[in-house]
Amino acid sequence: MVHQDLKEFEGKLPELLIKQIEEICPASKIKKVAKMALKEYESSKIDPGESVGLVAAQSIGEPGTQMTLNTFHFAGVAEMNVTMGLPRIIEILDGRKTIKTPMMEIFLKSPYNKGKGIREIAMKLKETKVGEIIHEIQINLAELKILCHFNMDKLADLDLKISKVADSLGKAKGVAKEVKAKVEGDIIVLKMKEEGSINELYKLKEKIKNVPICGIKGIKQVLPVKRKEEFLIITAGTNLKKILELDFVDTTRTISNDIYEIAAVLGIEATRHAIIDEVFKVIEAQGLNIDIRHIMLVADTMTVSGVIKGITRYGVVSEKASVLARASFETPIRHIVNAALTGETDKLNSVVENVMLNQAVPVGTGLPGLKVKTTKEK
Amino acid sequence: MAKRKKAEEILDEETKKKEVERSESEETISKIEKEKLSRENIESHYQPVFKQVANISFGVLSPRIVKKMSAAKIVTPELYDKEGYPVDGGLMDVRLGVIDPGLRCKTCGGKLKECVGHFGYIELARSVIHVKFVRVIQLMLRSFCRECGRILIPQDKIPKYKSYLSKIEQEHGVEAKWIAVKNIIDGLKTTTKCPHCKSKQLKISLEKPTTFIEGERRISPVEIRARLEKITDDDCELFGLNPIAARPEWVVLTILAIPPVTVRPSITLESGERSEDDLTHKLGDIVRINQRLFENINAGAPEIIIEDLWDLLQYHVTTFFDNSISQLPPARHRSGQPLKTITERIKSKEGRIRHNLAGKRTNFCARTVISPDPMLGINEVGVPNITAKKLTVPETVNEWNLNYLKKFVEKGPTKYPGANYVVRPDGKKKKITEETKEALLEEIQPGYVIERHLLDGDIALFNRQPSLHRMSMMCHRVRVLPYKTLRINPAVCNPYNADFDGDEMNLHIPQTEESRAEAEILMEVQTQIISPRYGLSVIGCIQDAISGNYLLTKRGKMLKEDAMQLLCSVGVTDFSKFPNKKELNGNEIFSYLLPEGCDYIGKTKSGDEIIIEDGKIVKGYIDSKSIGGEGEGLLLRTLHKNYGPAKTVEILHQIEKLGCEYLMICGLTSGLADEDLPDRATEEINKILTDAEAEVQEFIDQYKANDLEAFPGRSIAETLELKILERLNKARNAIGKVVKDHVDDKTNQTVAMINSGARGNILNIVQMAACVGQQALRGKRIEKGYKGRTLSCFSKGDLGTKAHGFVSIGFKQGLKPHELFFIAMTGRDALMDTALRTPKSGYLYRRLANTLQDLRVEYDGTVRDANGRIIQFLYGEDNIDVSRSENGIIDIERLNKLAK
Repeated sequence: MVHQDLKEFEGKLPELLIKQIEEICPASKIKKVAKMALKEYESSKIDPGESVGLVAAQSIGEPGTQMTLNTFHFAGVAEMNVTMGLPRIIEILDGRKTIKTPMMEIFLKSPYNKGKGIREIAMKLKETKVGEIIHEIQINLAELKILCHFNMDKLADLDLKISKVADSLGKAKGVAKEVKAKVEGDIIVLKMKEEGSINELYKLKEKIKNVPICGIKGIKQVLPVKRKEEFLIITAGTNLKKILELDFVDTTRTISNDIYEIAAVLGIEATRHAIIDEVFKVIEAQGLNIDIRHIMLVADTMTVSGVIKGITRYGVVSEKASVLARASFETPIRHIVNAALTGETDKLNSVVENVMLNQAVPVGTGLPGLKVKTTKEK
Repeated sequence: MAKRKKAEEILDEETKKKEVERSESEETISKIEKEKLSRENIESHYQPVFKQVANISFGVLSPRIVKKMSAAKIVTPELYDKEGYPVDGGLMDVRLGVIDPGLRCKTCGGKLKECVGHFGYIELARSVIHVKFVRVIQLMLRSFCRECGRILIPQDKIPKYKSYLSKIEQEHGVEAKWIAVKNIIDGLKTTTKCPHCKSKQLKISLEKPTTFIEGERRISPVEIRARLEKITDDDCELFGLNPIAARPEWVVLTILAIPPVTVRPSITLESGERSEDDLTHKLGDIVRINQRLFENINAGAPEIIIEDLWDLLQYHVTTFFDNSISQLPPARHRSGQPLKTITERIKSKEGRIRHNLAGKRTNFCARTVISPDPMLGINEVGVPNITAKKLTVPETVNEWNLNYLKKFVEKGPTKYPGANYVVRPDGKKKKITEETKEALLEEIQPGYVIERHLLDGDIALFNRQPSLHRMSMMCHRVRVLPYKTLRINPAVCNPYNADFDGDEMNLHIPQTEESRAEAEILMEVQTQIISPRYGLSVIGCIQDAISGNYLLTKRGKMLKEDAMQLLCSVGVTDFSKFPNKKELNGNEIFSYLLPEGCDYIGKTKSGDEIIIEDGKIVKGYIDSKSIGGEGEGLLLRTLHKNYGPAKTVEILHQIEKLGCEYLMICGLTSGLADEDLPDRATEEINKILTDAEAEVQEFIDQYKANDLEAFPGRSIAETLELKILERLNKARNAIGKVVKDHVDDKTNQTVAMINSGARGNILNIVQMAACVGQQALRGKRIEKGYKGRTLSCFSKGDLGTKAHGFVSIGFKQGLKPHELFFIAMTGRDALMDTALRTPKSGYLYRRLANTLQDLRVEYDGTVRDANGRIIQFLYGEDNIDVSRSENGIIDIERLNKLAK
């Protein structure tokens, strides 16, 4: 509930400020502080016509030279490669579909977030293929058989039974058609259903190695870590949809760093947020200071249309109405040729075209015009 | 047909018609301004009438329009006759404009620079394909019937696809639409039959760059043109062409427009020889081949010869438009260097668009080396007097300043302060010389403009490249000074990112009243103190100014007289409130510069508290966290908030001078002895190092015995590396602590600089005095090099600290060869990193700036782009201008403390 004294300031001050005043100030001071805040807020409002886009571009572009190129490692003992610095910023702003190091941070519901059984959960998430739990693989050429010797310790780690492995092998795509699986102790014997060549047998062997046994597709590495008071799982590789379906996962905070995945699973508003968060994370890690408003503006331009558009000639730039603006960016000839064929008209209402024509630019002081009231001459 | 006629008429009227072949917008603009620039106009109104271009339409030129807009038909490849006069009907025909002084254009009568040039045309003997349209032609041939010219989509399905196609055009552009049409047709089952006239369709393939093949047979441009002519206007629209702007058949050229001579001026060499422009060369080739083709056709030459000539004509026309097509050998000069034809002229960074249209050049500017001068005001720029005599400011004469301005004219261009030119009301510029001076002095009357020399206090824009943010170009006040460098106050080095190791900067003098007002109000240094990037001060004291104030406020003590002397040299004149004490401490002296009623609570670099109450330092001392630049000086931020930009600049300048002046009294020396450590410290450090070494050895032994327990998700080798790195880091931190404990800023002025935040880092001292530390390459210890070892002086498989780049000795004691080598390795790595990063971040910046440049805040508070599309409903969700906020927020806690 908003405090009595603050009621009149609602709508005049941003909500966040009102909240802060309420939290920080003692009741007796609220009105006074709110008045002061209002005065300060009014004086720090932005001017109409301000070229906020360019300011944002400069604010992000200028410290770009100070960022590192190297991919850094996760702090502390637990190491995992993360793309950081300039390459990561470029990756996000380009709106690349495949990113270099997809990652997830999986928050857990209690009791797991206290660290109980976290290792077991983590191991279950990891996508495990037959090849990883196999100890030895033998080929019997005479009988066209493949013998898989399993590493029982690893199986136990994953809480798996050998019969289950055989089951999944029997159902696996591309494999099931050709073989029959049979368990003999800790060995699975696969016999080809039809007479096939030795070559096929070898191919089959490779296929078998790639059969997923358990875990979630795309999760290549898992790492339980303690952050502050809480345990969480960091993964290399993402699969937001499947992870959010799990019942022990805290769905409100679990996040992936793949913006396209977020767009597909959580929608465009979440994507906008993810872009802001990811860019801000990089900038913070580099020890730079960029106001969040600039990043917000970039994220907003990337997502206004409802889909992610990168800051590239195929993304946001291609949406510009002005032919000359597009032509001045990249591939000028193509834009002019297409404009000619479709008979486009450049209305000259953005910046570069007017620079080209030596006319006032429609931002800042170039924006306002004069209207003169004329009286007819007698 | 009637509709098309009408369309052409519309186009005829539209003089600002843009043509693709000569898509240089320059010319379009000049077309628009043609009327304005014609001779009578120039003579009758000395000032050009300014018109605003409302819009520019693009389209393809039809043969009719080419003929209509042409001033001459070009028939001969010859350029000049024996007298060197342009040949009629040649490429340099005087009807196309003039480039020689003295000649007059036969079309408009204008002289050189008055006539903007006129187009000509060539009638091509056989039509040829325009390369830039090959892709559309290919898609059109595939999408339209070869017999009846209808689109290959059944009539009943057209409405269904219409909306789908327009949606595609909106979302992905026309090109996507053309491809979508093709895909629809491919997807239909009746691909080989026209749904309208049932005739059989053949497969059409393109043999790059310009040959089309149908089935087995080659189809000539003439046939292609005939087919494209059959396409109806409605089908054009469905396909994604605008039949008014571009009828399909116009993409096959029957006549070729010749750009005006002014577009391709020839240069006269020293030898008197003429060197023609690349475009003229290319056009000469086209005309020559075209003539031969005509002759051969008329003479009834065999088909093969005609075909060959036709191909040759196609080649020349193609390279005229684009000389960098991968399938064609580029046309070359005799010297072997490829010709620069139309596409090359427009394209890329050096092309017309980015070089000449989006980038402008100016007069009234200067560029030299910069050097520092702390006595110069923060918003001043020192201009050498030689420069001040070359750069001028126009001042209009009126009754009141007549005598004032006459004085400048009297002094003339060589004596400072004088004037260089007098501009008459009719626009005639007269240079002031000894001879003309008298006459001009007589002549001057209100309405004349005097271009006088730069004076102190004039407004100038100052800039250093790369101009990465708006603080890279600020407005300064001129101070004319002796010597030959531009001078700035070192406090503004930060926003410009300048130093004085040979940096050069640019100075511009605005020439109109409007531009001066805008520069003064929006760009002057004091308006730029707070960065819009983070809402903190970018301008602040640096180097000596910081360490001076630090030493002064931390332990400065002065007699009253000396203190007054010091403050006097800083520029304080009012001593009425000076404390009447025999001896003053540094804080009191510093406080005298602060305005009364100034309250500030902050932290110093080492975490101590600094409190200023009512303009007096009550506790603590000044360091970079209070007065530094680049987002550090919070005291400056507070001053800016409470006393405004002008006052802040004034105080900052005094603070800066105080620091420098104080250092001149007490001195600041840094020497080799600053890196000496007491024996006790050296012993301690040695112990730390031997301990670390031993422990690392232990890890290695464990690893070799296979006793090491691996970290989750890591191999044992990786675990070992991590453990060693961690241990060595710990050791280095411990050494850092030891060093820190054994030096202090009373005796060691290097440390004084570090503690004040003026320059350096405690790590620098540690590296010099004690231990350089681990050299890391890509976040790991150094591994690369020889097989099994890093350098040949180590044994194979050595995992020890020394063999992998741990330098346990300081720079002062001297490095061993292998250590130097390791440091060189990491040094090279860092160098490469910067070299690779700069272009990458530059490109990112260009892209960001290009996409975001037309976003602006509207009067209703929304952020919109050029189309009026709303990007944000409220800028930054709260409408706060970062450069007016404190680090992007309104600090409620501070307000809470202030409220009483």
